[in-house]
Amino acid sequence: MSVNYNVLGLVFASMHDSYVSELTKQRTMGSIPFGGRYRLIDFPLSNFVHSGVSEVGVITKSNYGSLLDHLGSGRDWDLARKKGGMHLLPPYSQTGGIYKGRLDALNNIWGFVEHSNAKYVIMSSCDVVTTINFNPVLKQHMEEEADITLVYSRDYYNFDKNKCTTVLEFDAEKRLKDVLVEPQISGECNIWLEMCIITKDFLKKIVSDAASRNQHSFTREILQGKKDEYKIMGYKHDGFFTRIDSIQDYYNANRLLLDPEKKNALFRKDMPVLTKIGDNGPVKYGLESKIKDSLIADGCIIEGTVINSILFRGVKVGKDTVVKDCVLLQSTKVGSNCSISSVITDKNVEISNEKVLTGSETYPLYIGKGGKI
Amino acid sequence: MYTKKRVVAMLLAGGQGSRLYALTKNVAKPAVPYGGKYRLIDFPLSNCTNSGIDTVGVLTQYQPLVLNEYIGNGQPWDLDKMNGGVHVLPPYETQAGASWYEGTANAIYQNMRFIERYDPEYVVVLGGDHIYKMDYSKMVDFHVENNADCTISVIDVPKAEASRFGIMICDEQKQVTDFVEKPKVPKSTLASMGIYVFTWEKLRKYLIENEEEANAKRDKGEPWSKDFGKDIITSMLRDKQRLFAYEFEGYWKDVGTLDSLWEANMDLLSPSVPLDLYDPNWKIYSRNNNYPPQYVGDNADIENSMISEGSTIDGTVDFSILFSGVTIEAGATVNYSIIMPGTVIRSGAVVEYAIVGSDSVIEPRAKVGSSPENIENRDDWGIAVVGNNVTVSAEKVVEPKQIIGENI
Repeated sequence: MSVNYNVLGLVFASMHDSYVSELTKQRTMGSIPFGGRYRLIDFPLSNFVHSGVSEVGVITKSNYGSLLDHLGSGRDWDLARKKGGMHLLPPYSQTGGIYKGRLDALNNIWGFVEHSNAKYVIMSSCDVVTTINFNPVLKQHMEEEADITLVYSRDYYNFDKNKCTTVLEFDAEKRLKDVLVEPQISGECNIWLEMCIITKDFLKKIVSDAASRNQHSFTREILQGKKDEYKIMGYKHDGFFTRIDSIQDYYNANRLLLDPEKKNALFRKDMPVLTKIGDNGPVKYGLESKIKDSLIADGCIIEGTVINSILFRGVKVGKDTVVKDCVLLQSTKVGSNCSISSVITDKNVEISNEKVLTGSETYPLYIGKGGKI
Repeated sequence: MYTKKRVVAMLLAGGQGSRLYALTKNVAKPAVPYGGKYRLIDFPLSNCTNSGIDTVGVLTQYQPLVLNEYIGNGQPWDLDKMNGGVHVLPPYETQAGASWYEGTANAIYQNMRFIERYDPEYVVVLGGDHIYKMDYSKMVDFHVENNADCTISVIDVPKAEASRFGIMICDEQKQVTDFVEKPKVPKSTLASMGIYVFTWEKLRKYLIENEEEANAKRDKGEPWSKDFGKDIITSMLRDKQRLFAYEFEGYWKDVGTLDSLWEANMDLLSPSVPLDLYDPNWKIYSRNNNYPPQYVGDNADIENSMISEGSTIDGTVDFSILFSGVTIEAGATVNYSIIMPGTVIRSGAVVEYAIVGSDSVIEPRAKVGSSPENIENRDDWGIAVVGNNVTVSAEKVVEPKQIIGENI
């Protein structure tokens, strides 16, 4: 894909951190590990890069140390560029304190957006994991001469399970008719993927309008408040997606990748998901290892049994140990003669020999970063 | 503007590797895959970075496309530098005409201008076809301590194998008194590893002399050569220069032949072999393809193997090394084999004691190689080899020792 200098990408790296408070205790949404070797921000960044967007602003909020460490200069995404490239936009609110919503954040980084020569802005959050090419979305946005184009997918929505979901309704002309945040319904709905394309001049107008009225929420003030006034359109994305809005959901979302069809839809050969390179050795399987239905990242050393699990980079599983239905984050060490099932271990957890840990598939046991058992 | 570098490394990567046959048909030997996610050249390049050598000239000649592309700007090895870094040095044309590299010494001779830009004290000369982890800075220290003109890294080999190597004869202070290439009756078991440290001033003098002498012989129709071992080292010994042997202890393997390439890979599966690819303080770096983690399916049965990113395994894998992006379908069996990147082994195929090159396909029920136990006469047994981009059709058989470079 050649570079499209007409488009600026903006990633909100710290939206909805509170949904997965366990995982964001020492990190931000964008730096939550996912899928064996990735961080959530890798997905929007890779989507931008593969869509030809090479000027990207990353809007951070709090706890962004691990995010900075992950992103570095942006080189692993090919975003260490002279023209464009990745720019980190740390929090700075003119109204004092940390910004309060998307519009407030945009107002505070407007200098960066203004400076760009792009005509269109694509905004994306980190809590939706999907692989999408933005070019067809952009094409539709231009053809329809829309003010805003929202990207959505059809999926089953259940009020009891899915938190903070924005459900959209469109008329026959794909024009936005209604916006419901956390509606008390169940069934197949249009779910907003927290991605949209906005014409830059139009975005400037709504951001300065909102600032003068002290309004912060993009969803409430713009999508709900101005849906009849502005031309807000929908674009349906058909690829695999998953939303992360709780620790249970995080567990399920990772394990969805054990379905080869879903895995292949996310990790497309033509749009590989880019991430920080770890330079780990290949996975080493020992003499009595036994592996079924699992996703295993480089640098793992497995002597025992692993079933139905996701192992991130550098995980060690000792002899005669059984790991079942688990999500083990980077550099987790499980000793020998252990039995662990339905467990999420955060980075650098150590489980010594002969331990039995059991969670439930609907309520997995979470062990915090660096925990020693 | 170039700032001075104390040490510059020159990596000889032009070799064809003709004894790797089908595997080096389209790629230079240093670009041959090894160990699940590496290429041979990753070892000297990573050693350079880990030893603090940040200026490396890579001399290429044979089939350079893949190798050049792989080295790129040197970023994976941290060798993308404003001053120094890795530079690919192919043969070039001058006003006097164009010439290929006529031997290892001539390759360095033709690139003396590259070295002199950095005004080094010492030049490290490396090969691109050995597997080892070595701190070159310690060897340079040894060279300096001995006030040596040339230091040659040596490894103690079993007496029975000594006649396969260039053998160094040393006194008690490790000063080299004689050098014999592949002696019939070895007088020592210290084999040259093809790694040299030279005091640049001295090397420069001998490169120019060798060049002049060899050209004069050529003009007279006499045999001539421009090689390190044969010419430079021999001349320096003749002139009573100070040559020292630096004894290396650790894993070192020449992968010049198909058998040794297979063995060197299998060594990674042996707990007694001291080559640790997981040491965070001495990482072996390689160019990464951004593959997702490997997926192991419901029917998989994996034991004692090394498998890389992007692979999909649903068959039986035992004592094998699988590179990135390999697919082993359910019902396929891979034992004691090396499967290079992007290759697919289809259901019912059996691959044993074999090397299968990159992006090849072994169709259903085909059979590649065989266990030595199944062969009556042990002399008929050997590794079976399928080259790069080769399809072995359904139910076809590749016998042990057979080398397949075209579709069958």
